[in-house]
Amino acid sequence: MADTSTTAAAAKPVDPRLAVLREFWFYFSENRGAVIGLWVFLFVVAIAVFADLIAPYGAIDQYRDALLKPPFWQEGADPRFLLGTDAVGRDMLSRLIYGSRFSLFVGCIVVSGALVVGVVVGLIAGYAGGRIDTLIMRLMDIILAFPSLLLALALVAVLGPSLVNAMIAIAIVQQPHYVRLTRAAVLSEKTKDYVVAARVAGARPLRLMFVTILPNCLSPLIVQAALSFSTAILDAAALGFLGMGAQPPTPEWGTMLAEAREFILRAWWVVTFPGLAILITVLAINLMGDGLRDALDPKLKRS
Amino acid sequence: MSEIVLEGRNLVRDYHIGGGLFSSGRVIHAVKDVSFKVEKGKTLAIVGESGCGKSTLARIITMIDAPTAGELLIDGDKVDLVKDGLTPEMRRKVQIVFQNPYGSLNPRQKIGDVLGEPLLVNTAMPTAERRDRAMQMLLKVGLGPEHFSRYPHMFSGGQRQRIAIARALMLNPRLLVLDEPVSALDLSVQAQVLNLLADLQDEFDLTYVFISHDLSVVRYIADDVMVMYFGEAVEYGGRDRVFSDPQHDYTKTLFAATPRADVESIRARLARRAA
Amino acid sequence: MHLLEIENLVVEFETAAGPFRAVDGVSLHVDEGEVLAIVGESGSGKSVSMLAVMGLLPWTAKVTADTMRFAGRDLLSLSAGQRRKIIGKDIAMIFQEPVASLNPCFTVGFQIEEVLRVHMGLDGKARRARAIELLNDVGIPDPEQRLGAFPHQMSGGQCQRVMIAIAIACNPKLLIADEPTTALDVTIQKQILDLLMNLQAETGMGMIMITHNMGVVAETADRVVVQYKGRKMEEADVLSLFEAPRHNYTKALLAALPDRATGDRLPTISSIFNEDIDGGAPA
Repeated sequence: MADTSTTAAAAKPVDPRLAVLREFWFYFSENRGAVIGLWVFLFVVAIAVFADLIAPYGAIDQYRDALLKPPFWQEGADPRFLLGTDAVGRDMLSRLIYGSRFSLFVGCIVVSGALVVGVVVGLIAGYAGGRIDTLIMRLMDIILAFPSLLLALALVAVLGPSLVNAMIAIAIVQQPHYVRLTRAAVLSEKTKDYVVAARVAGARPLRLMFVTILPNCLSPLIVQAALSFSTAILDAAALGFLGMGAQPPTPEWGTMLAEAREFILRAWWVVTFPGLAILITVLAINLMGDGLRDALDPKLKRS
Repeated sequence: MSEIVLEGRNLVRDYHIGGGLFSSGRVIHAVKDVSFKVEKGKTLAIVGESGCGKSTLARIITMIDAPTAGELLIDGDKVDLVKDGLTPEMRRKVQIVFQNPYGSLNPRQKIGDVLGEPLLVNTAMPTAERRDRAMQMLLKVGLGPEHFSRYPHMFSGGQRQRIAIARALMLNPRLLVLDEPVSALDLSVQAQVLNLLADLQDEFDLTYVFISHDLSVVRYIADDVMVMYFGEAVEYGGRDRVFSDPQHDYTKTLFAATPRADVESIRARLARRAA
Repeated sequence: MHLLEIENLVVEFETAAGPFRAVDGVSLHVDEGEVLAIVGESGSGKSVSMLAVMGLLPWTAKVTADTMRFAGRDLLSLSAGQRRKIIGKDIAMIFQEPVASLNPCFTVGFQIEEVLRVHMGLDGKARRARAIELLNDVGIPDPEQRLGAFPHQMSGGQCQRVMIAIAIACNPKLLIADEPTTALDVTIQKQILDLLMNLQAETGMGMIMITHNMGVVAETADRVVVQYKGRKMEEADVLSLFEAPRHNYTKALLAALPDRATGDRLPTISSIFNEDIDGGAPA
């Protein structure tokens, strides 16, 4: 029967969730950069998780006999320290490995904080409309009008320099993006028939907002979350570099850069390696985010 | 005389457009002074082209929007959205089925949850009973138990429209507003859905307000027909009367524009073409 | 010689769920001055087969055919550049969504003149004169004024008229109309169909009318091809198709028309047809 025959995807007896996942992977894997980004990102996550096992030394262990030793392939290297040591004799490799923890930690906390607040505020703005909407969006416009790093810097200056305060500042700076994105998605979903149908069925505003509308707005938010994960790492590193984020001797990559500033001409490795670590991580996450957008954004989907 | 389920008295709906800093804005009269009555178990068809106000009227009847003026009576009770708000009892009496079967189901909701939602938000029914009711309704509209835990994107247009009808019936409404329920469907599926609607009307003694632009469908399903043109009801009467003896010029134009698929008309056209 | 001749056309799409055959061995032909209707429900491959002729399918589609000849030229062996010269000039196409088919950023006049510039090589003055003439032909009042209008300032029916003006700008030999009136109201549909039929009769071009609406078929076609799930079910002249359909699927399709309903319930495709695609075709 024409009416009861289902679509091709459903004809095979596969679990629908699995089919959705498979389709997602099909589009995601078409983007080669995204797959590479994913692997690099997973690699960084693994390093962060198993830092205690991998790292040859502690992050703040000092070896006074080996100050500013170059990496192993250069003359005068100490074979104990693969990537050399910094000015106070700490192993670069171990510090980089432990530093990945801070970066991922910052990314996770900042993104989830900004996401939750941004989504709730955006939902309210988009659903309520009218004056509430105008009020919220103008407030967000004001936050967006500041250069983000400058605003974060000012916030940290008020709150006092520490990694936690830096994360709060970055989250505040980032959440207008989520508010805007959520509001736009809510506005387009709100008028769809299924929302009206739920209203006619008697659903109350809170249910409409969180149960009916929100799940359908998630795709762009996931993409934004992935991309702002890297921004958060970058901003945290920048604040660390300016002395407003994590404080020494924390092996945070940005802070490491700041500490090494004065040796930039004498010992290239103390600046280069933390910089490279930031670059690679951020690049991998951005590539992955692009792939996520390809796979989740139906507008870009090729048939 | 049988009971009147739905009555509209001089319904009016205006929309205010624009009204910026320097302009005063315009008022659009979407529905102008429309009155009608529908008896229990009957079908009123509202016919018109895009922008004639038929969907606005549907939203008023479904109590989604309030009329600017005029009275809406359901089961003889006056509905006043602005003053009294909407009681759950009233809400349950009128349900709606939309035109586009792809937009009217939440893509992230399983069919079972789609059907259970009206009961969940309106009643204190336990989960198991909700499930049973939803399953019964699913079978009633011609789908199978295996469809219960699938997502909307796995269904064809006709199946989705069946699901939308099932959802509308979950609260045992008195009145079903059908906003172009078959215009997005293929011919063969359209026939199946029309049959289903006829079966359900017989079984539950439902009253329909059937909104359509397709005269052949209207002629098939309606008892009474109301033709709308720029917000006005230009023609209102029994189906046979309207189709055999249209009064208003617009109705006549509408009938003349409808393509004919009978053999005589084709023969006449081919003769004209050959000449 | 036929104007357009297609034999054993197959179109396959590469999808996430594996290859999908949208058109499966369709053969058809159109002559000059003839209106061929291709009728079918969604998924019957009626649009895809014509897009394949136009070369407008995405790269995921694989098109094969034994023959695909237009006015004596083999379309399959033409290079993309040579094909582009034919398409839009000798074969024109109009689509279902008139408002979406026009570029919202440019005026109507610019879009008509662009076609004239690309295919006819007319100078500015001649282009403008021809554009006004075309708008006049498709029944748009006050054409000089309307040349400066943007698509969103016009109604759906008027946009479709503009699309038709663009399509006939280069005096095509074949016009493919893909559901040209589906998005329009009945009264506008009538006007557009009348316009198309008049233009066709005046110019003597061949026309392919893709539609799902049996009424539109009855009002326009000389000959009809019925498609179902990518295959051709039946081909007949319009009168015999409506008078005495041979294939079970066609019978079922006609019986499902509400205007032909006799009883309390409509006969459905499945109750007559039962997916018996090969049944009922004459031996």
